[in-house]
Amino acid sequence: MYAQLVKTDAARLRTLDEMDPQERAFQERIDAGEKIEPKEWMPEGYRKTLVRQISQHAHSEIVGQLPEGNWITRAPTLERKAILLAKVQDEAGHGLYLYCAAETLGISRDEMYAQLHSGKAKYSSIFNYPTLSWADIGAIGWLVDGAAIMNQVPLQRCSYGPYARAMVRICKEESFHQRQGFHIMSVLAKGSDAQKAMAQDALDRWWWPSLMMFGPSDDASVHSAQSMAWNIKQDSNDALRQKFVDQTVPQARFLGLTVPDPDLAWNEEKGGFDFGQPDWDEFYAVIAGNGPCNRERLQARKDAWDEGAWFREGLSAHARKKADRRMAQAA
Amino acid sequence: MAGHAVQTAPLVELALRMGDNCLILGHRNSEWCGHSPALEEDIALANMALDLIGQTQLWLGLAAEAEGRGRSADDLAYLRDVPAFRNLLLVEQPNGDFGRTIMRQFLFDSWHLPMLRALQGASDERVAEIAEKASKEVAYHLERSGDLVIRLGDGTEESHRRMQAALDLLWSYAGEMFAGDARDAEIAAAGLAPEPDSLRPVWRSHVEAVLAEATLAVPQNDYAQKGGKSGRHSEHLGFILAEMQFLQRAYPGAAW
Amino acid sequence: MSSEWPLWEVFIRGQHGLNHRHVGSLHAPDAEMAIHHARDVYTRRNEGVSIWVVRSADIVASAPSKKGPLFDPANSKVYRHPTFFDIPDEVGHM
Repeated sequence: MYAQLVKTDAARLRTLDEMDPQERAFQERIDAGEKIEPKEWMPEGYRKTLVRQISQHAHSEIVGQLPEGNWITRAPTLERKAILLAKVQDEAGHGLYLYCAAETLGISRDEMYAQLHSGKAKYSSIFNYPTLSWADIGAIGWLVDGAAIMNQVPLQRCSYGPYARAMVRICKEESFHQRQGFHIMSVLAKGSDAQKAMAQDALDRWWWPSLMMFGPSDDASVHSAQSMAWNIKQDSNDALRQKFVDQTVPQARFLGLTVPDPDLAWNEEKGGFDFGQPDWDEFYAVIAGNGPCNRERLQARKDAWDEGAWFREGLSAHARKKADRRMAQAA
Repeated sequence: MAGHAVQTAPLVELALRMGDNCLILGHRNSEWCGHSPALEEDIALANMALDLIGQTQLWLGLAAEAEGRGRSADDLAYLRDVPAFRNLLLVEQPNGDFGRTIMRQFLFDSWHLPMLRALQGASDERVAEIAEKASKEVAYHLERSGDLVIRLGDGTEESHRRMQAALDLLWSYAGEMFAGDARDAEIAAAGLAPEPDSLRPVWRSHVEAVLAEATLAVPQNDYAQKGGKSGRHSEHLGFILAEMQFLQRAYPGAAW
Repeated sequence: MSSEWPLWEVFIRGQHGLNHRHVGSLHAPDAEMAIHHARDVYTRRNEGVSIWVVRSADIVASAPSKKGPLFDPANSKVYRHPTFFDIPDEVGHM
C-alpha cells in the first residue's frame, strides 16, 4: 500500500442531510457507483485528498525504483537482469500514469516533484529500508508488491475516473512483479545453505516493514471513514493487513522459511492468523524521516531532478526554436 | 575459465565482439534506471538497455554454442575476466552526464545499425537471423539518439556546450569501430562480416549530417584509442565486471 | 526558468484494427518527442501499431453531464507476462 496516513481535512463524517444540495448530489452519485470525472464539480476536500493520495502513490513508485535499482547492475544472470530492469522500468511507468491522473485535478507534475523534494509530500515508508542482498529483490517482489496489490486491486473501482483507469493499467502490468519475486525466493530456498540463509534473512528484515505498509489501525480514523465514503479507499488497514498475512504465511511455509513473529498462530474461529504488531514507533520514526535510507532516497531523487534541469531546458529550447522556424517559413 | 589463451574460431570471435558490446552498453544504460532527468527518458533508456541485454543473450548464446565447450551465455557474461572481453572501449566509458550517455549511444548506434544490416548477409544463418531481429531494435535506437543529439546540440547554450564536450571526449573512442585487426580479417574472409573500415563512409556521412544539424563541430583530432576488441581495456571495465559478476563469483556454481 | 514540458494525450490503435483508443498521457517538449515517448511508455507490451498524440490543452471536451516497425521489440520480453513464472499449485493464486 503506497499511500499511508492520507489526511482528508474532515473533522467528522457528515450525513447526506447535513450537506448542501450540490455536495449531496455528488455523494449520491458516488453511493450509486458512478465515476467522477476531471471537470465535474467536486468538494474541495475530495480534490485535495485525492491529490495527496495519488501523488503519494506516484512518489512511492519512483522512489521505489531506487532500492531495487541498486541490484540491476548486480543481477546474477542475464535473464534476471532483464526481468528486474523491466520491473523497475514499470515502476517509472506507474509513477508516470499516477502523476498524470493527479494532474487532472489541477496540480502540475513539477509542483508535485517540488513537494516531494521539499519533504512536504510523503511516500511509502517501505522504500526507506536498504536492499542488502539479492534475496531482498525477491522479498520486495513477493512481500512489498504483494502488499501493494491488496490495496490496488480494489482501487480499480474507486470513484475518481482517471485514478481508477490508471489503476487498471497498473494492476495489469504489476501481475508479473509479485510472481518474479516469489520465483527468486523459491530458487534461493531450494539452493545452497548460504542461499537459504540469504532468503531467510531477507524475510526477517522485510516482514515487519511490509506489515507497516498498511498503516496503523484506522478503525477510529475520521480520515479513513471519509475516504471510504468517497470510495477512494475500500478496506480498513487492519482488514488488508489480515488478508495479507493470511495469504503470505502459507507461501512462506511452502518456501520452508520462517515468518519472524513468535505470536503467529492459526485461529480456527476467525479463519485467519493471529499475529503480532509491528513496532509502530519505528514506523513513525521512518515517516518522520529517520528511516535507514530516507536521506539517500530523497537525495537521489533531488540529484536526478537538479542534474537533469539542463537537459529538460535544452529540449524545451529546441522545441521553441523549431516552432519559431516553422512560423517564419509559413509567414 | 578465463579462456583468453585459446584462439577462438572466427564465428565465436564475431559473436563475442557483438555480444560484449551489447552487454557492456546495456549495463551502462541500466545504471540510469531511477536517476534520469525525466520519467519519460528513464523509461526510454530502460527500453534500450532491455533490447541490448536481449541481444547479448542471442550473441553470447551463439558464441557459447559455436565454441562447443559446454559454456552458456551466462557463463560467458559472468565468468570471463577483463582480457577475454571483446567490447569496444567506447561502450565501457562512464555515463557522465545524460548528454554524454546520449552521445556515446549515438556514436555507437551509427555504427551498430549499418553493421547489423551487413551481418544480415552473413554466410552463417544464425548470424543473419540475430542481425535481422536486432537491426529493427537498433534502427529505433539510432532514430532516438540522433534526434536527441540534434535537439540538445541546438538547444540552450548550456546543452550545446555539454554535447560538444561529450563529443570531444568520446570522439577518440569512435575510431576503434573501423580499425580492423587480424581477427577482423579472418571474420571477413569467412564471409561473416564486412571489413570494419568499409563501414566508415556510411558512419561518417550520417554522423556528420546529424552533428551539422545539431550545430556541433566535428572534432579535428582523429587519433583513435584502440584495444577493447582484442581484450586490452580501459580501467573502467574491471569495475563494471566486479559489480556485474559479484554474485556469480561470491557463490560459485549456485543457481539463481 | 520554468520549462515544464507540456502534457499530451496518447491514443493507440492495437493489433486488431480497432479504433485508436485513449491510453493515457505524458509530458514531452513537442509532438515528435511525444510520439517517441508514447512508443516507449505505452507500447512496452506490444500493445499497438499506430500512435496519435494531441496536446492536452487542444482537446475540446463536451460539458460534463450531470448524469450520466516500432513494435517488434516487445515481442521478446515474455517475462513481462505473469504466465512466464511457474508458481506451484500448492501456493494458490498469485
